[in-house]
Amino acid sequence: MGRMNFARVVGNVVLAAVLPLVAGAQQVESHIGDLTGHSGAGRKLYFRYCWGCHGPHGDGQGENAQWLNPTPRNFVAAVFKCRSTPTGSLPLDTDLYNSIKRGFNFTNMPSWAALTDQNRADLVAFIKTFSSRWKTEKPGDPIPIPSEPALTIASIKHGGELFQKLECWKCHGQEGRGDGPSASTLTDSNDQPIRPYNFTSDNRSKCGRTNPELYRIFMTGLDGTPMPSFADVVKTDEAWDLVHYLRTLQYNNPSPELALWESTPEGKAIVDAKRVHQTYTGSGIKP
Amino acid sequence: MQMKQVVFAGVLVGVSAAAVANPNPAGGTITGKVTYTGTPAKMKPIDMSKEPSCAKVYTTPPTAETVVTGPGDTLGDVVVYISAGAPDDPAPSTAAVFTQKGCRYIPHVLALQVNQELKIVNEDQTSHNIHPLPKLNREWNKSQPPGTPPISEKYDKAEFIPVKCNVHPWMHGNFAVLKNSHYAVTGENGSFTLPNLPPGKYTVTAWQESYGDQSQDVTISGGETKTVNFAFKAKPY
Repeated sequence: MGRMNFARVVGNVVLAAVLPLVAGAQQVESHIGDLTGHSGAGRKLYFRYCWGCHGPHGDGQGENAQWLNPTPRNFVAAVFKCRSTPTGSLPLDTDLYNSIKRGFNFTNMPSWAALTDQNRADLVAFIKTFSSRWKTEKPGDPIPIPSEPALTIASIKHGGELFQKLECWKCHGQEGRGDGPSASTLTDSNDQPIRPYNFTSDNRSKCGRTNPELYRIFMTGLDGTPMPSFADVVKTDEAWDLVHYLRTLQYNNPSPELALWESTPEGKAIVDAKRVHQTYTGSGIKP
Repeated sequence: MQMKQVVFAGVLVGVSAAAVANPNPAGGTITGKVTYTGTPAKMKPIDMSKEPSCAKVYTTPPTAETVVTGPGDTLGDVVVYISAGAPDDPAPSTAAVFTQKGCRYIPHVLALQVNQELKIVNEDQTSHNIHPLPKLNREWNKSQPPGTPPISEKYDKAEFIPVKCNVHPWMHGNFAVLKNSHYAVTGENGSFTLPNLPPGKYTVTAWQESYGDQSQDVTISGGETKTVNFAFKAKPY
């Protein structure tokens, strides 16, 4: 017990000495709706929950980082995947807040829904102390998302044409399986291999699962990854058509888009051809 | 043919920008040549078979451009610039143009000034994404399908920025964002000229994307022309 206490005291002394140097002494705030987060409170939470992976300097070089793929976010670079703002700009506080709450599927970043709303707001404020970009730049203006038009067969088909025209398939594959001709060569901005999203695997993409969130993903791009922004080249109504089409690629996940598509003979044939009807080992025994 | 275009565009951008921006006509000139010693890596031919619309542009496959050499062991695509001694210049009003053609970047190395307009053009029949990888400037990544208008951007900090297209992994280029107008990009013959330098003590730096940079100090007094040569040690791989 004496040793434990001693270690704790030493740890606290070291932390107390190092933290102000690391994070700077300034107070930063975050604003999420009616909530105001404070970096001072966020610091304590960060050094309890986050630093093991994101590191004491916020550079993504925590002691667990070497075991993780994808690597933890580097808050010093302040480049973020999930934003509502245009490519190259800082995210809104709400974007960071939602990322902490949602977590990132297929990665080691869990959902921090168990924290209180105030906790997450405080963490957002503290994360913003790591990069001077938050002092010199303002977050971009969010990309407007018009209300979703009625779902029609025509919009799904037009979305499919866009998928071809914009060459989404070069990375995501003709069937959206993440196996396009460029897929195997992709690396993120740290030269780490990265995979394009496989639409058939799941419907929980990293930056959210709703239709407006899917709309936002390809309009803003996922900064730091090969996924570019299409905001300058896709018209707003066309973007909704693309959303409707992308949902039909997720043939394992029921959605209004998929149901409508399967109600047509053409769509049913296409979806049926993709479904795995045998066991995954190909033994021919139906599950 | 392609290589000549690249080199020509590079020299044109460098020299014209340097010549226009300085109002002092009676300045001195720094001129010289960039060469290499040793054996540079052999540039591999690029396999564009995954992009037929680009592959058909070439009769023989083009090679990578990370090291561009000429007869007499000269080095092309080297950015030679004044890294110290000259004041920062305001950005010129003309745009620096970066063209995607035949699934390559023309020029391979584009020198421009801080806050100068950067215009990115897609002349290909395929979609590209332009993904520069800065460390100091903002990182963005934009899609540019065929027939879409040029992308206009600018950088507010001096930096050498690698550029790639994620769809076509062989595509690789560089932006050299510089603080003043005294710069040149060498052609295949390795030579460069930095004219219109007011009297003063300057540091001249040569930057090559694979071999790093070298600097030399030069003092200019009056309208003289001084020769500064750079020799990079080539790495065989």
